[in-house]
Amino acid sequence: MSRHDTSDLIFRRVLAAFPITVLIIVAGIFFELVYSSLPSLHKFGIGFLYHSIWNPVEENFGALPFIYGTCVTSLVALLLAIPIGVGAAIYLVEYAPVKVSRVISTLVDLLAAIPSVIYGLWGIFVLVPFMRNVVQPFLGKYFGFLPLFQGPNYGIGMLAASVMLAIIIVPFIISVSREVIAAVPFVYKESAYALGATRWEALSNIVLSYGKAGILGAVILALGRAIGEVMAVTMIIGNDPKIALSLFSPGYTLASVIANEFAEADFPMYLSALIEIALVLFLVAIIVNILARLLIWSVTGAQSAEAVK
Amino acid sequence: MKDLVLKSFDATRLRREIWDKVMVVVLFLCAACVLFILFIILWHLIARGLSSLNPAFFTHLPKAVGESGGGMANAIIGTFVLLLLAVGVGVPLGLGAGVYLSEYAHQRFAQTVRFMTDVLNGVPSIVFGIFSYTVCVLPMKSFSAVSGGFALGLMMIPMITRTSEQFVKMVPHQLREAGLALGLPKWRVITGIILPSAIGGIMTGIMVALARVAGETAPLLFTAFGNLHYTQSLMQPIAAIPLQIFNYAVSPYSDWHRQAWAGALVLIVIVFIINIWAQYFVYSRKRWSAGK
Repeated sequence: MSRHDTSDLIFRRVLAAFPITVLIIVAGIFFELVYSSLPSLHKFGIGFLYHSIWNPVEENFGALPFIYGTCVTSLVALLLAIPIGVGAAIYLVEYAPVKVSRVISTLVDLLAAIPSVIYGLWGIFVLVPFMRNVVQPFLGKYFGFLPLFQGPNYGIGMLAASVMLAIIIVPFIISVSREVIAAVPFVYKESAYALGATRWEALSNIVLSYGKAGILGAVILALGRAIGEVMAVTMIIGNDPKIALSLFSPGYTLASVIANEFAEADFPMYLSALIEIALVLFLVAIIVNILARLLIWSVTGAQSAEAVK
Repeated sequence: MKDLVLKSFDATRLRREIWDKVMVVVLFLCAACVLFILFIILWHLIARGLSSLNPAFFTHLPKAVGESGGGMANAIIGTFVLLLLAVGVGVPLGLGAGVYLSEYAHQRFAQTVRFMTDVLNGVPSIVFGIFSYTVCVLPMKSFSAVSGGFALGLMMIPMITRTSEQFVKMVPHQLREAGLALGLPKWRVITGIILPSAIGGIMTGIMVALARVAGETAPLLFTAFGNLHYTQSLMQPIAAIPLQIFNYAVSPYSDWHRQAWAGALVLIVIVFIINIWAQYFVYSRKRWSAGK
């Protein structure tokens, strides 16, 4: 018996090294990012987050244009993707025949599996010309009185990036919302029907309000994706560190500035500033993910939330 | 009076029912819109990809600027090399962690690790690139295949940990008990009985994780870096299909654009094949449990 105990003990110790390594890696990423961004942290302090000048030549770094670009593109993307994603999820769970629903769900998963560089390629050659020739002239003509839709129309820019992001995050919103909506107990809907409610009334008053927190979780999870998205955005946002009100104008995001300038960052302070941006992204991603998971758990229960990727 | 009430009741009823019907159409249009976008993207990929694809694409190196023709043979090989390296990093760590969490871990430790893998899952891909740059590229003073594979491998960990833990937990208790009753030490039960039983599900997790990193570009930008030739050593920069697509797509040459579309089609086919292959493992596992 004791022979078994020793061999078991050894196996257990060796195996324990793996989860501990995973913990070390997560901690390592955090410390490495903090350590590498120390020069920039020292020099610019908290002002890094609200200074709007990004001038590598003069070693003057402020991340506000990127924070602004990230916020604007993510928010516009959410505005576009939430109604469509939640609507599609409701249709799949409540209306579509089971077989149709299963096929569509598979297709939606397919959409989620497309690599972002392919979205970017499609964005450059299909979406951007479409924005330039159709969508932006239309918006400029009929909604041009809004400052959002003014200025020169290049096609590339924050609006194109937002539409691209919306397409990328819609599958995530659909798959999480689907799970949340399916988790609403049937008795609630039945009692609404018993009171004479139509199907839509039962859905909007009962199902959506019951699943509110979970859908919000889905939205925040999608927001995390949008904030961290690199390639597709870099390829069509125009990469210009300025803060412009118009959605037609080129912009820059936190993730895309790293992708675009990291390779050309040829002195330590430049590199350090870019790594500080990565640190900001890392922290935002953690906060967003924790928040989203708590919200989804509150509806579906911890068990099924484990299935949420 | 009664008629009036009934009439107004009917009117509301009608309004509510119309609204109900309208919403069905609206919700259907939402789903149709998503499908429409998917089809548009796939259609462009297939149409433009197929028209640019030729045998040379798979067998030739990229040509210099201005010369037409050439292919992505180096990038196709590079992608598979990077995926192999990623498997070398991600699978032992993910599988080891998953098995430990399921079989040995105390509740609190397990929860901490689970939480950390969730955190890792949400980390933007570019951050893995930077981490790998600081711990691999800077000390080795060169972009390399190893650093790229390392970055991709880290990205696979959360998915593999989560799925191996789940599938190991799903192995019926009777099997464990049978092993222990035969006098096997627990580690023999794990390696000889539990892992073989759970292998289908674990493989699925690995394949899905692999499909996800196969298309990643951002973590490779400053690690694998790309290479216009075949790579002789794992310590040298290496080409990858996603990197090549990116470089070609943002270039001003129409011949490179065609190459990018062909690359995109090949990449998406690889990603889909790995995904479908992943499903096969789950089904074979189901056959196993149905047959028992």
